[in-house]
Amino acid sequence: MPLVLIVVLPFLGSILAAILPHNARNQESWLAGIIAIVCAGLVIYTAPAVFNGEVLVQNISWLPSMGVNMTFRMDGFAWLFALLVTIMGALVVLYARYYMDPADPVPRFFSFFLAFMGSMLGVVLSGNVIQLVIFWELTSLSSFMLIAYWHHRQDARRGARMALTITAAGGFCLLAGMLMIGHIVGSYELSEILASGNMIRNHPWYIPILVLIALGGLTKSAQFPFHFWLPNAMAAPTPVSAYLHSATMVKAGVFILARFWPVLASTDQWFWIIGGAGMCSLLIGAFAATFQQDMKGVLAYSTISHLGLITLLLGLNSELALIAAIFHMINHATFKASLFMATGIVDHETGTRDMGVLSGLRKAMPITATLAIVAAAAMAGVPLLNGFLSKEMFFSETLFVDQTSYSSYLLPSLAVLASSFSVAYSLRFITQVFFGKPATDLPRKPHDPPHWMLFPSAVLVLLCILIGIFPEQIIGSILRVSATAILGDHLPAYSLAIWHGFNLPLIMSILALIGGISLLYVLKPLFRSYPGQTPVLYHFDGRKSFDAVMNGIDNIAYILLEWFSSKRLQPQVLWIVLITLVVGVLPLLDGNWLYLKQPFSFDPAFALLWIVGGACAIGAAYLAKYNRFRALALSGGAGLITCVTFAWLSAPDLALTQLVVETVTVVLILLGLRWLPRRVIEESQVTPLQAFIRRFRDLAIAICSGLGLSALVYIMLTREKPEGLSAFFLEKALPEGGGNNVVNVILVDFRGFDTYGEISVLGIVAITVYALLRRFRPPQESIHALENRHEIQTIDGNGLTNEHSLPKGILLAPNVLGRLMLPVITLISLYFLLRGHNLPGGGFVGGLIFATGIILQYMLSGIHWVETRSRVRPQYWISIGLLIAGGSSMLAWWVGQPFLSAISWDIYLPVIGKLHLSSVILFDIGVYALVVGATTFMLVALAHQSLRFYRKTPVAEVETNAEASTQLNFSDRVN
Amino acid sequence: MEIIYSLAIGVLAGSGIWLLLRPRTFQVIMGLTLVSYAVNLFIFGMGRLSVGAPPIIESGTVVDVSSYADPVPQALVLTAIVIGFATTALYLVVLLALRGLSNTDHVDGTEYNS
Repeated sequence: MPLVLIVVLPFLGSILAAILPHNARNQESWLAGIIAIVCAGLVIYTAPAVFNGEVLVQNISWLPSMGVNMTFRMDGFAWLFALLVTIMGALVVLYARYYMDPADPVPRFFSFFLAFMGSMLGVVLSGNVIQLVIFWELTSLSSFMLIAYWHHRQDARRGARMALTITAAGGFCLLAGMLMIGHIVGSYELSEILASGNMIRNHPWYIPILVLIALGGLTKSAQFPFHFWLPNAMAAPTPVSAYLHSATMVKAGVFILARFWPVLASTDQWFWIIGGAGMCSLLIGAFAATFQQDMKGVLAYSTISHLGLITLLLGLNSELALIAAIFHMINHATFKASLFMATGIVDHETGTRDMGVLSGLRKAMPITATLAIVAAAAMAGVPLLNGFLSKEMFFSETLFVDQTSYSSYLLPSLAVLASSFSVAYSLRFITQVFFGKPATDLPRKPHDPPHWMLFPSAVLVLLCILIGIFPEQIIGSILRVSATAILGDHLPAYSLAIWHGFNLPLIMSILALIGGISLLYVLKPLFRSYPGQTPVLYHFDGRKSFDAVMNGIDNIAYILLEWFSSKRLQPQVLWIVLITLVVGVLPLLDGNWLYLKQPFSFDPAFALLWIVGGACAIGAAYLAKYNRFRALALSGGAGLITCVTFAWLSAPDLALTQLVVETVTVVLILLGLRWLPRRVIEESQVTPLQAFIRRFRDLAIAICSGLGLSALVYIMLTREKPEGLSAFFLEKALPEGGGNNVVNVILVDFRGFDTYGEISVLGIVAITVYALLRRFRPPQESIHALENRHEIQTIDGNGLTNEHSLPKGILLAPNVLGRLMLPVITLISLYFLLRGHNLPGGGFVGGLIFATGIILQYMLSGIHWVETRSRVRPQYWISIGLLIAGGSSMLAWWVGQPFLSAISWDIYLPVIGKLHLSSVILFDIGVYALVVGATTFMLVALAHQSLRFYRKTPVAEVETNAEASTQLNFSDRVN
Repeated sequence: MEIIYSLAIGVLAGSGIWLLLRPRTFQVIMGLTLVSYAVNLFIFGMGRLSVGAPPIIESGTVVDVSSYADPVPQALVLTAIVIGFATTALYLVVLLALRGLSNTDHVDGTEYNS
């Protein structure tokens, strides 16, 4: 079936065109031309069926479950447009062959040209509205590439960007509108949508849909208020302007408006939105075109104006107006493309498009001049040309608008006004460029171009004349079949005769002609004194507003980023806390949480405990800024109170763990305290008010969060506990787990895998800490501040050399006691390890106790002394711990049990008696080893930073000799 | 008991969150510690408060589930305490590295003007 072929061939050609070499102008043109002609041929091939009234549909399934299919649908209207696109494409290809400079990279041009042709054909031939939007966006994209063809020019880049932004935004609105329509109708197929006009018109979503589709169509057709991209797009090469910006792409907008005319029209909103936009564009375009200096500028504004005419006709809610609109679409394409080509020829031959410079080219380029004059006359609406006929239909339609009395005079008068301006600018276009004295200061000497370059323009002008003289024969049936496709079989009566009698439209045309000529005389002084400046309107520079809007969007995005996606930590934490607060408050909102469900118990000792605890917490918060040590001590106090709470509330394991962890944490942070800067109250850059507001805000959030959390906890504590897993664990721990301490059994037996993960995390963190500290360089202040510490230590502890086994001075007694304690500590840690299964204890507590013992030695006797004697290499303990734990878990595989199952043996020993051994104890030993290794590793790595500092400063030169003998020992230990 | 417990958690959490929002790294580490106490107490409290009933089963007795404290939150919190210690250590080291690299103890690494 040819429909798919019509759309796909240009895309294939586009890919082929991209591959051809740089300067293959001829091959490229042949390729593009042949494809265009073949497509045109295919379109004509389907003519008999279409003219019979058939609607050709070709369906390709893509995602049937989502209703997404590729549908190609050709009815009369689509046939007309497809013919227009392909034949115009062929003519422009011929023109472009001669227009393009040999130095221009031709493959890029023709490749995008063909891609555009394919997308445009896709738009007109789509039977599925989503597919239509996809092709719509493809036209925007290929047009962007074509406008920016000479990308070394800034105006080309800017124009392309502006065009893409506006048309793509319109395409987005169009997609939204199509989705809504599809939702209402229940299908995205165009045939079904076109049959559901009343359903859509009466739906509450009608106005949003109308606005969205109008936005899509109006942006594409450069209608008010989105018209300013078209003059800026004139930076494209002239073949592009001739094809896209007069005949095809800008027609896509009115195409979609006409296509959806049976669905969305016949309402007041349609009249005001579409008709209003059309009227404004008609007037503004015609007015501005009169004052342009650039030939292409005149044509651009004229296109806006003529498209405004078409849009206005579409907006009039009348079937005859629709027919007039379609007729004008055809006519406008022919004369506008021809005029663009003539402009391009003038530009090509003379080197300039400036109408202030050009003059009297009639003598030098007679054929071009003749063609241009005829086309411009068609544009102005001179009788016997096609423009006159469609203008007549336009005038007669404006006379039949059945609105209030004032608009029945207003509309025709405005139409006449616009037409006079149209006559004015067409006349000016011709007289400025082709008449008058031949110009002498042109960059190149002008002459008529090669015949083949004039051929397309001649064809189009011939069409203008033929349609103007024999409209019914040439275009009558085509017009009829297109109109039938939209309106159905009952077309209103109209006639395409040249002469309808001496009626009001004819008078209006004559008035417009006379008015145009007089306008030109009246405005001549303005042309001379302010060349190129449109009066009144030049204040509203479209490009400036566009740039201002773009900048505004950038600024808003910047502000939003500052607020919501800041690179600073505090805003991010603030957002986290705020959102958590909001989420946490949600269960509290229904208010009935104050009552109790369980008996209320109160213990004054517990209250006293937590008064102290609360004071510690608040004190720590208050002091953390300027008094770090005190804050640390107070937070340690809060931790100890937590530990007592755990013990009080029947959690002995937790109390043990919390106690030891608390101790180690305090030591840890103390080790780091020395590197922080002195906190002095200094002049801040923030105003006191700003600082106060921020603090107040944070305080408020903190208090609210605290209260909220309290409320949540209170609610939970005073409610019935739901059924959980605790019964299972309590009942099964002893018989199946073999242990009395349920918590420990859960940790190393039932949920052993979680514990395995936990110790892996500990190991990873320890190694990370070590790795981070290898690269640690102390800040400048700390080095200087601690220089005199060196002397103090040689007296007391850390200056211990191998000769002195005990320090002198105040650390003597602690050293002796500490060294005596070490075996006791080790014994206690092993005891806790072994008894963990049946009494509070376990691998974690045991390991932490042993680690505390080791760290105690470091604190008392110094790094050198300990490391020359210690055999505890923490990194090995970490790996051995993991291996033991893993190994004990894998032991179960020997007896066919899954990973981490516990196996037990009962052994009878001679003296001791029965021993119940379980692989769980091996797992716990692994945990023990790892906790020892990880904790020691972390704290020792931190402690070593002080040594690292010694090696760097010149003061310690003397000391390093004495330390040299010990350096080897510890350099292979931790560093 | 419940009232005091809830208020205690509230005070710890409030102080912790206040400190979390501050711009100095030491304040943040203190805040994290306090918040972790509060959260540990919270999770532990979900097993409901009971005095004098540790989940240590006497051998040879019939288990009466209601006479013991809930062991599951205790196991969770024990893991949480240990891992909390590890992350505190990690945070401290990051704090020190930042201090060394940027010569300031501001959480963002630079002293801001605002």
